[in-house]
Parts: sequence; structure tokens; C-alpha cells
Amino acid sequence: MNIQTSRRNFLKGTGALFIAIPLNTPSFAQGAAAKTVDAAQVDAYLALHADGTATIYSGKVDLGTGLRAAFPQIVAEELSLPMDRIKLIEGDTALTPDQGPTSGSNGIPKGGMQLRQAAATARQALIKLGAEKLGRPASELDAIDGEIRPKSGGPGVSFASLIGDKGFELKLDAKAPVRDPKTHRYVGKHVPRPDVPSKVTGQFAFMHDLEVPGMLHGRVVRPPKINASLVSVDEASVASIPGVQVVRIKNFLGVVAADEWDAVRAARLLKAIWSGGGLPVDDKGLADYVRASKQIGDEMLDERGDFNAAFASAPKKLTTDFYWPAQSHASMGASCAIADVKDGAATIWCSSQGTHRYAKHFADMLGIPASKTRVHYADGAGCYGMNGHEDAAADAAFLSRAVGKPVRVQWMREDEHALDPKGPAQVITQEAAMSQDGKILAWRTQMWCPKPTANLPTIPLLAPVETESKQVQGIATGSLSSGGKPPYDIPNLQVQVHWLESTPLRPSHLRAPGKIGNCLAVETMMDELALMAGQDPVAFRIGYMSDPRGREAIERAAKLFNWDARVQPRRDGKGRGIGYTQYKGDETYVAIAMEVEVDATGRIRVTRVAATHDCGQIISPDGVRSQVEGCILQTIGRTLYEEVKFDRDHITSRDWSTYPILTFTDLPEMKIELIDRPDQPPRGAGEAATAPVAAALANAVFDATGIRLRRVPFTAPRVKAAMTETVTKNG
Amino acid sequence: MPAITLNVNGSARTLDVRDPDKPLLYAIRNDLGLKGAKYGCGLGQCGACTVLVDGEPVRSCVTPAASVAGRKITTIEGLGTTEKPHKVQAAFIAEQAAQCGYCSNGMVMTSAAFLERNPKPSVEQVKEALAQNLCRCGTHDRIVSAVVRASGGTRG
Repeated sequence: MNIQTSRRNFLKGTGALFIAIPLNTPSFAQGAAAKTVDAAQVDAYLALHADGTATIYSGKVDLGTGLRAAFPQIVAEELSLPMDRIKLIEGDTALTPDQGPTSGSNGIPKGGMQLRQAAATARQALIKLGAEKLGRPASELDAIDGEIRPKSGGPGVSFASLIGDKGFELKLDAKAPVRDPKTHRYVGKHVPRPDVPSKVTGQFAFMHDLEVPGMLHGRVVRPPKINASLVSVDEASVASIPGVQVVRIKNFLGVVAADEWDAVRAARLLKAIWSGGGLPVDDKGLADYVRASKQIGDEMLDERGDFNAAFASAPKKLTTDFYWPAQSHASMGASCAIADVKDGAATIWCSSQGTHRYAKHFADMLGIPASKTRVHYADGAGCYGMNGHEDAAADAAFLSRAVGKPVRVQWMREDEHALDPKGPAQVITQEAAMSQDGKILAWRTQMWCPKPTANLPTIPLLAPVETESKQVQGIATGSLSSGGKPPYDIPNLQVQVHWLESTPLRPSHLRAPGKIGNCLAVETMMDELALMAGQDPVAFRIGYMSDPRGREAIERAAKLFNWDARVQPRRDGKGRGIGYTQYKGDETYVAIAMEVEVDATGRIRVTRVAATHDCGQIISPDGVRSQVEGCILQTIGRTLYEEVKFDRDHITSRDWSTYPILTFTDLPEMKIELIDRPDQPPRGAGEAATAPVAAALANAVFDATGIRLRRVPFTAPRVKAAMTETVTKNG
Repeated sequence: MPAITLNVNGSARTLDVRDPDKPLLYAIRNDLGLKGAKYGCGLGQCGACTVLVDGEPVRSCVTPAASVAGRKITTIEGLGTTEKPHKVQAAFIAEQAAQCGYCSNGMVMTSAAFLERNPKPSVEQVKEALAQNLCRCGTHDRIVSAVVRASGGTRG
């Protein structure tokens, strides 16, 4: 059984969980050399087989996001090949092209469009071959249901007989014509996701479920203080568990055992002495710490008119400060990986969003050539950015190299919550000015963000630091400063970021990096300005919106919600709010209206949500809807509950009771309207609908209570304190 | 090494348990090769590891395997298959009620046990029944729809 076959079997749910792997380096190298992975070549993405089936090779991977349905839809459309004849291989660095990581909502806009162009190029080649075989001009032919046939009807010739398993040996042709959306038969239609049946019957093989012959189980023991040094280890402390191996490489400490539970017990029992380490601040001080952090430069991201002059001379002004806390990916499953490192080669099974770039990273840290490193993708628990998947793989790799056997590492819950790189804290200040007659004159957004290291290929991992192995240093956060620009026609504008040298907790990208907090700041300010102008918040936004797609998104969301146009807040414990974004400034449009109830204890309950979502051409409607639902619900939880807690030693929120997320009893009534624009390029749907959620929620709370919440999460004690303060002030 | 016999999905399975505290989750996943139940937290907080013991949902990550010897254990593999899904599984498929799917085991098992006790629940009762099962992807709405569908009802 080769690896492709076993992956297919997993998807079919045959329950075959064992991976048959080429165990020695020569067969490893041969397997990898057989197929091109050159991203410029059609054959990198696509293979047509002699049995009439096709295989898609995608460097981008399904993260529970529906790409496993959408990619075949795109290829089926261009080739006119029934979907049940298409298989998909994802992320395997030896078989798939490097299309960059699956992040930034670019699975469809980038990965899918490369596949579309590969398939369109293949179709042209097949038509040319068919023309020769049928003796008719190419202009009279098209690909129809797996054959090249005359458009006017009559017998055709199958793809299989034209190309067999030979490969195209063609470069992707950017000019190869793609199908007219009016003729689409697969794209834009509902296609059930192929992985759902096996996921709900326990037959789907997650990363956590894979086994490699001879595999051992590892656990890494990490220090009680962040970045502490390992002084000594008492190996006798685990002597009661037979067969446990202790692995120490400088400050990296782990245990390996044949039985997983033995490894868990050993990791708990192992006594070690650590020194040093810790954090410069705790969670309570983080907002002030961020604002006072060492700055390494300012950047004006956008400037229009003369903000300073307009603001100075304006009759009405507002200044607001916002804080978005550090948050965890908080994946449901603890990160897991298997590594087999021996004889100068490494095979790693991992749930990374970026198998290709981390293959190089793993090779560097192990000191072996990239050509001898192969990373297979296997589904993990949803990660929403870079969580601990790659760290677990690095852990497994060092343990495997030390014991000379394949090692599986699965983090424990406290590892996942404590060790995953965090979405960094953000501080945002806004100033706006208004004329006497209610016109916005000036607006300035200032953001304090850690500066991502230029061209950093990968986020530094824990194990290479601990083992003092090679890796590129730096920080990556995703584009935290995106979304600070109001999506409205403002005459005098400044959008500025103060770049910080660092941030206390190891950062990475967490779904919609920065954009939820930035949209919260911008859209709350817009609400305050509407009130100052004596206008309803929806009508006020429309007045500053020149983009017709943005206008349509807002107007349709208001209608879907049955928006009650008002100026003054109700202040009776029930309220509605609106939030709007165009994701990353030029991508997907989303408007969200939300209704909340706030009780006397300060508890916020979101009762109704209405959202419109315009991501251009929709490939997979139910996939988009599913992502929009997930964006909304996850972000309600992030806004109401989520904040990483830490003291001067380490993270203290290490489970679901100290880091609560949204639960079923929080579930609001949701209405979602997808706006399909088949003639527009497809944009991402994995993150956009997160961005306006906190804003709509905060604006609804204002309507319900008259209180502006500016510090996330909006926990009941915080809301109650704010309500009490307001009563005291006013009373 | 002490051996225990577990009755899993209708079969008697004997396994060695070196540590009396070894959780059922590790026994069924690693010793019996039934990988449907997932490790989520090891603390009984999230529900990803749920199995049924005598028909009741149990958090296998905090249940010693030895403590359920002789009891009737049902894992998701014993509930239904892709070819012959249980009505709850069929409803999850119809509603496409999974994203990453890591929590699906717990959602399906908890829902199946719940519908045995309460065959015609209200939407609010479904939410309460699943309140201790966590989902990070935000699939809650579809899961509620799936449970209602499995009960033969519709969401009003």
C-alpha cells in the first residue's frame, strides 16, 4: 500500500489507520522523485489516469474548511470531469507543489485559482490532442464529461486514451481560457463535503489516529517558568515505569515509552530542576506594557487630506482607546505529530498549514538536507492559524532522532493552552472630529503592534530553541495592522501603526489577525459619530459608503435583521448593533447586525445575528456558509470570554475552565445571506466574517445599556463594573 | 500484569492494564484500536472522548478502564458506520454538522444517549444537553439542527 492509497482509504473511511511507509532512504527518494512538484508545471497539480480518473495534488490543505469539496469542484468544472472520478492529495511535500501556507483565507483565491488555471491549461492540451485524433479543428471541440467531443455532438475520445498516465509536461498557461460562469455545472453548486460521513462515524483518520509500525509515544516536559534552563534531571524518578527512556538535549526534556499512558505518567513523574525564566509582565498589566513597549518605528499606512489641521479646528471631538487581549488558538485537540528521523532523513506526519515551509524548517533544525525531509499532511483539530502542530512535530523529531524509532507526540491539554503561540495583544487609539452639522471632518487610527520580521519564512518553534538547534529567528503575527482604516469616505484621515520591537508571549497568526480588534475600534467610533450626528447607525454608515457592494451588504443585513432605525440607545437591557468590514481593505464584504440582552449581573447574551457575506464568486455555497457561521460563533466567544491569563512565571489559563469559549447555551438565532457574484474573482471566506462581530456586539451592548465597552473580553464582572460606574457618574 | 475484560460494542476484549488508573480512553484507542473517541483535555471538560457505558455518556479520559470492566461500553464505531449510520450520524451528515470534526465523536455520542432519554426535545433542551460539549469551529447551529432532525422534528 503506498501513501496515496492509504490517504484515499482514510477518506473513504475504511478504518485503515496504519501507514505503510517506505522505511529506507532509497525508496523514500525514489517515491519523491517520480513526480514533479514544480509549481509552474501543470503536472504538479494534476494527473489524469488511464482508468479515467484524475488526481489533484494540492499544496494547500483542508483544515475542516471545505476545500476538500471545493478544489475538486473547480477542477471538475474546468475539465468537465465528474467529481466522483477526482481524488485529492493534500500537503504531502513529496507529491504536491508548494503553493504557500493555507492561511490568510487564501485557499480558494490563491490555491483554488492555481488549480483552475492548471485544469484550464490541461483542457486546452486535451482539446489539441483530441483535434488530432478526431481530425477536426480544436475550435469545434470541448471537454465534456471526461471526453473531448464536438460541441455539436457526436462521438468523442476519452481523456484516458488521449493522455493516459503520461503527464502534460506543460507550464501553467495564465491565458488558458477558463469556463464562463454562466455555464458552470459544479462551481457554485452544493457539494457535500467528502470527509463529514467518516468524521461523524469515528472512521476518519485524524493525525492523532495514525500509527507507524514500530512507533513509540513521547511527551515533552516543559519548565514551570517560560524559557527556564534545565539544571538537572532525576531519571530515577521514573524508574517505577518499565521501559521509559528519558531524552535530554540541552534544555529539551522528554520521555519516550512504548505505551502512551506510560509516557503520560512518566512525564508527570519525572523530576527536574530548572532555573531562571519567566515573563516581564502579567496579564493585568499587558495593555499598559504594550503601549509602553520599545518602538522601532512608525508607519503611516494611509493618509488623506490634513488630519492635524482638520482635527485641531473641529468643534466636536472624540478619542477612544481599545484593548484586545492575547488569545489562544485553543484547539479542541491537543497538537499531535509523528516523526521518523534516522539515517540522515526525516519523515514527518503533521497537521501544519504550511507543510512545505516547515519541511525546510525541520530539515534545518535537524541538520539534514531538505531533499531528505518529507512532511505528510494529516488533519488535526481546527487550528485557525498556527497553533502547536509544528511544535509537536519538532518535539517528535528530536525524540525520534534520540531513540532511533518513529515517535508520536501528542501534547496534553495544558501544553496546548500554555504553549501554543498566541494571537498578540493589541492597543488601538482613535480620534475623530465632527462639524456642527454632523459631518465627519477627520479621523485618525493609531495601532500599537509587534512588528513582524520581514520575510520570516516560519515561526520559531520551541524545541529548536531548547535544543539550541538552527532556526530562523523573528516573530510573525499575520497582518495585525490591517483593518484600522475606516471603510468610509473620510476627508482627512491618518492610519498609523507604531511598530513594537516585541510582544511578551510568543506570537503567531490567529484567525483574522488584528482585524477583529481593529474593526471593533473603527466601527464603535462610527457608532459614536452617528450618535453625535443624530443619525441612525445604519443610515449614517450608508452616507459615507461609496462602494456599491459595501452598501448592498449593509443594506441587506439591516433588512435581514429587521433593523429598527433609531438614534438614541434603548438602555433597557436589550439592544441592536451593526458592524461592517471589507476584509483586508479590498477583499470580502461582510455586514453583521446583532441583538443582545444584558442582565443585571453584566452577563451579555447574543440573541440574534443577521449577516451578509459577499466574497465574489462562490465555489462551494455550503462551505462558505459553514465558514461564516463558524466565524460568527467563534468570535462571539472570543469577544465575550477569551483572554490568555498569565503571571510572571507562565501561562495560568491552561484548561477550558480558565480559558472558557462559547458553548451551546450561547448559541443565537442566525440568519446568513450569501451574495454570489459569479463574474467576480472568488475571495476568501475563512476569516472575513469574524471581523465585524466584536463591533456589532459592542454596539448592541451600547444600545442595550448606554455603555461603551472598550476592553475585550466583555466578561460579566467587567460589564457590571462599567454599568455601576455609569450609574454612579450619572446618578 | 493484571488483565481486565471490557465489553465493547458487543465483544468481550481482554487487555493488560499495568496502571489501575489508566483511563478508558487510552485503553480503547491504543489497546483496542478504536480511534473514534478523541483526547481533548484529559479533564472531563470538553467531551471529545465520550463513550456510552450502559447507555449513559461517560468521559472516557477520566474514567479508569478497570472501573468499567464488565459494563456495556459503546464507542462511536459501535453506533453506526458510513454505510449504516445511526440516525444521529445520518442527521449530522445531512446537516453537514462538522468542520474540523474533532469534537464530532462527543457530539454524536452525547446526542444519541440524550435522544434515548428524550426522543422529542425542544431546541433549548438540545442546547442544554450539549452544554458540556465544546466545539471550537462554531458548528453549534448545525449540530443543534442535526439533533432536532434525528428526533424527527424541525427547527421553528
